[in-house]
Amino acid sequence: MLRLVSLGLLVIVWYIGSFFAGEQMLPAPMTVLNAILTEARSGELFFQLGVTLVRVLVAFTLAMTIGSAIGLLMGRVALVNQLGDSWLVVLLNLPALVIIVLAYLWGGLTEVAAILAVAINKLPTAIVTVREGARALDPALDEMAKVFAMPRLRTLRHIVIPQLAPYLAAAGRSGLSLVWKIVLIVELLGRPNGVGFEIGIAFQLFDVTRILAYALAFVVVILAIETLVVQPIERRASRWRLRTA
Amino acid sequence: MNDARRAGGSELLDVRIVRKAYAAATGQPLEVLRDIAFTLARGELGVLVGPSGCGKTTMLRIIAGIDVDYDGKVVAPERGRLAMVFQEPRLLPWRTVEDNVRLVAPSVSESALVTLFDVLELTQHRLHYPGELSLGLARRVAVARAFAVGPELLLLDEPFVSLDDALASKLRDELSVLVESRAVTTLLVTHDLDEAVRLADRLFLLSARPAQVLAEVPIRVPRGRRTATELSVAKAEVVGHLRGPLDPAIKA
Repeated sequence: MLRLVSLGLLVIVWYIGSFFAGEQMLPAPMTVLNAILTEARSGELFFQLGVTLVRVLVAFTLAMTIGSAIGLLMGRVALVNQLGDSWLVVLLNLPALVIIVLAYLWGGLTEVAAILAVAINKLPTAIVTVREGARALDPALDEMAKVFAMPRLRTLRHIVIPQLAPYLAAAGRSGLSLVWKIVLIVELLGRPNGVGFEIGIAFQLFDVTRILAYALAFVVVILAIETLVVQPIERRASRWRLRTA
Repeated sequence: MNDARRAGGSELLDVRIVRKAYAAATGQPLEVLRDIAFTLARGELGVLVGPSGCGKTTMLRIIAGIDVDYDGKVVAPERGRLAMVFQEPRLLPWRTVEDNVRLVAPSVSESALVTLFDVLELTQHRLHYPGELSLGLARRVAVARAFAVGPELLLLDEPFVSLDDALASKLRDELSVLVESRAVTTLLVTHDLDEAVRLADRLFLLSARPAQVLAEVPIRVPRGRRTATELSVAKAEVVGHLRGPLDPAIKA
C-alpha cells in the first residue's frame, strides 16, 4: 500500500517537473506511456528488450558462475587468495568503459566481445562478495562432513552452498542491476540492436520520450524478474529459518 | 604421515600419542597431551574422564582424523567407518531432522531409521528443522546421525553436557540401549564421573593438562545390571586413583 502511494507520488512529481521543464526536456508520463504502447504495437519494443535481456542473462550467468567459483576458492585457500588478490584489485578499479573499449578493440565489434566485456565488469564484485561468504563458512560443519566422510560434491551442495546463499543472493541482486546498466553501454558503443542501441539513436535525435520509454520498459522487465524469479528462490532457500509468528 | 589408519588384531582402536602441542598466541608451545596410550577391543565402551580443558576433545579429534598434527600413532577404523557426536549438535539448520541423518548415511534403510527415531523419541520430529528443536532434541538427532552410518567406532564428546539431570540420564539410557543392541565400539569423553561409571566397560582417568592416563579401571558388571552400590564402589575405586593434587573439576 505504502509502495503504491510512493509510486503515485513519483508520477505526480514527474508531472510537475514536466510542466515546468516543457515536453521537449521532460515529457509527461502519458506521453511516455503512449510511446511505449506505439513501440509495443510495432513489435519493435519486444525485439529490442528481448535482445538486451538475452545479453543480460548470458553475461550475468557467466559472471556469477565463474565469480562464485573463484570467490569460493579465494576464501578457502590462502595461497589462491594471495595470488589472486592483486589481480582482483586491478579488475575492481578498471573503469567499465576501459574494459568495454578494450574488448571491442581486441575482439572486434562482436557479440562475444560485448558479452565478455559485461561479464568481466561484473566478475570482481561477485568474487569479492562470495569470498566474504567463503571466509564466514562454519569450520564446525566442515569437520562434521570430514568425520562422516561426505563426498565433496554432496558437501558443496548441502553444506557449503546453503551457507553461501545470502552472499550469492547479494551478489546476484547487485549483479543484475549492474549488468543491465553496462549492457546498455556496450550496446550503445558497438551493437546494432538492443535497448542501448535504441537509446543511442534517440540521443542523436534528442528524443527524450523514446529514451524514457525504453528505459522504463526495461525497468519493468527487471522488476518482473525480481518478483517472479529472485524472490521465490530466496523464499525457498530460507524456508528453514524460524518465522516470527 | 604419522597415523596409519588400519584396524588390525582384536584391538579396534590403538592410541599412542607421544605429544600434542598447540602454538599459543604468545608463541610458546602449549602442551596438551603427553604419553597417552590405550586400546579398545571390539564392542567395548571406553570412557575418558578428566577435568574440563584437559585435552579430551583434542584427543577425540586426533582419533577422528580431523587433527593430524601430533607425534605418535593412532590405529582406528578409516573415515566412513567411524562416527562422532560432537559437543554441539552440528546439524545443518537448512535440512530437516530426517535429511540431516540421511545426508551422512545415504544407504540407511527406512526400517533402521524408524527404529533409531523410535528409540531416541524423534519420530514426531522427523520433518522439523533443527531451529525448531530444543538442545536436548538436537543432541538426540546428532546421536541418531552417528548411529545411522552403522559405524565400527563411535566417538562421543560430552554429548549430554548442559542438559538437565533427568534428561541426561534418560539419554544415557537410550545410548546404552543403542550401544548394547549394535555392539559398536564406543569411546565417550566426559568430566562427569557418575556418567562414566554408569556407561563404561573400561574407564580411563586423565590428569589435568598436559593430559596423561593416570589409571585404567575396568568395570566388569554389565551396564544394565549395575546397582547403586556397585556404582559407588566403582566410583570409590576411581577416586582412590586420584592421589596427589585432586582435581576439583572432577565431580566425585
